Amino acid sequence: MIKKGTWVSIRATILEAGSRAEGIPADTAAMPLVMWVKGHLTADCTLGNRAEVRTATGRIERGILEEAEPYTNVDYGGFVPELLRIGADARKILFGGETHG
Amino acid sequence: MAKDKEMGYAAVMARKNRILMDSLGIDFSKFETGTIAFDYEGVMAATGMTFDEIRRIQLAAGVGDTPMLEMRNITALARKYAAPGMGARIFIKDEAANPSGSFKDRRAATAVYTAKRLGFKGVAAATSGNYGAAVASQAAKLGLNAIIAQECYDSRKVGQPEILEKTRKCEAFGAEVIQMTVGPELFYKFLTILEETGYFSASLYSPFGISGVETLGSEVALQIRRLTGKDPDAVIVTHAGGGNITGTARGLAREGCKAQVVAASVNLKGLHMASDGHFNRKSFTTGHTGFGFPFATWPDRSDMPRNAARPLRYMDRYVLVNQGEVFYMTQLLANLEGLERGPAGNTSLAAAFALAQKMPEDAIIVVQETEYTGAGKHIQPQLAFAKKSGIDIRFGDPAEEVPGESIVLPQHPGLIAARDVDMDGLRKSLIRNTLRNNPDADLTDIDIEFLAAETNSSVAFVRDNI
Repeated sequence: MIKKGTWVSIRATILEAGSRAEGIPADTAAMPLVMWVKGHLTADCTLGNRAEVRTATGRIERGILEEAEPYTNVDYGGFVPELLRIGADARKILFGGETHG
Repeated sequence: MAKDKEMGYAAVMARKNRILMDSLGIDFSKFETGTIAFDYEGVMAATGMTFDEIRRIQLAAGVGDTPMLEMRNITALARKYAAPGMGARIFIKDEAANPSGSFKDRRAATAVYTAKRLGFKGVAAATSGNYGAAVASQAAKLGLNAIIAQECYDSRKVGQPEILEKTRKCEAFGAEVIQMTVGPELFYKFLTILEETGYFSASLYSPFGISGVETLGSEVALQIRRLTGKDPDAVIVTHAGGGNITGTARGLAREGCKAQVVAASVNLKGLHMASDGHFNRKSFTTGHTGFGFPFATWPDRSDMPRNAARPLRYMDRYVLVNQGEVFYMTQLLANLEGLERGPAGNTSLAAAFALAQKMPEDAIIVVQETEYTGAGKHIQPQLAFAKKSGIDIRFGDPAEEVPGESIVLPQHPGLIAARDVDMDGLRKSLIRNTLRNNPDADLTDIDIEFLAAETNSSVAFVRDNI
């Protein structure tokens, strides 16, 4: 049970797969247009059930409760060895091959 | 139930012009002058603000007067691949120094200021890019609410790290963010929000937004004169929707600067912008041909009845670079100049690196923007994400890159190229699109002259191509 007032994310379908705009690519048209928005729950609710939230601007939105206390989890990604080479190559071209070795 | 029916897709889209007029305070219909022509300068003047007022508003909001930095090491590297006596001095305008980290603050400052002045309680914008953060930042400063609608995820709810970072940044400024799956119907949801809230539409393409960029062009001319005692020879502008080049070129012209204005985009040929499957196979969310071509050849595709950004009027030349080249330049900027910026804003830097090699040593080439970088919005997470999405990342000849399949980092800096787009081809395409979108048009002389201005060509060229 997620308590009333908790900051949550809800999901709502804006357009069903069959009623997308004309002229969009087939792979997109085959999917519903879905929206996610965050806000404070206006009543107790459990994940996966219909919920209502009050957003940061005070609007009311309704949808399926998807996540409680959502947060951003972007990072600096995994190891990308190619990046090490770029600067090293350029410095060698510009400043010569001397190292401090 | 009647109310539900009125909120359906077709009904809302049919009310589009009315909703936009109410949410902007500008009646575009009074600027229509021909069958297809309209009074462009009249639209630009509809802001009711002079250039000096806009500059004052921006400076009061902490926007503008960003540093102009000479890229001495990148210039020296370019000269390694240039003929003797060739290799222009490369300068970069550090627009990342604006409050939310990009030149988009200039566009947002005028729009949000106007919203406040007209008594709106909030502002709304549909954008997945830096502009959302800019609107949110300026709204925070003026005590207005902000709603940003972003195209954010594919149908598996997988999002580009760069866009997810932008969600975070908008929320950090207190904005409400609406995240959507792929599709142009985001605009439908956006219109319902404008109707529901009565907020100001802080469109990227309004005259408020575009006139806000004129200060950038003006600063480029004045700073280069101060630093070097002469005018820049070329100004390179990363091009997507067209506002950057339009405003910059107008600002340069205002100062009497005759620099060649060069648009640069990342080549994403073959990737469809509205395709769910392609959405995460591109490693650039802006500054690419998916926006650059359509907006150059049909600007009125935007969310405004008339787009204030009209790039083909202002570009003297349009060049393309590849994703691998821009990632490579982004790393060079960090490793050789100590500036961690971009990457999308470095599209014009990659182009400048190639173009400088064909210009004399005493010539000056200006890259007119940088943008902030951070977790998610950085070459490392973007390349890591591309690898995870099955994109082949390798060193080689960037000319071999296939967007959506590979990212080819140049084997050496000499392989970075700026590939010219056929300008007359773009001009013909704009004329063709105009006629196609106005099939019953009985063209008047005013319309022909309008098309000549739209394509930066001549009446004779237009007559030959209609």
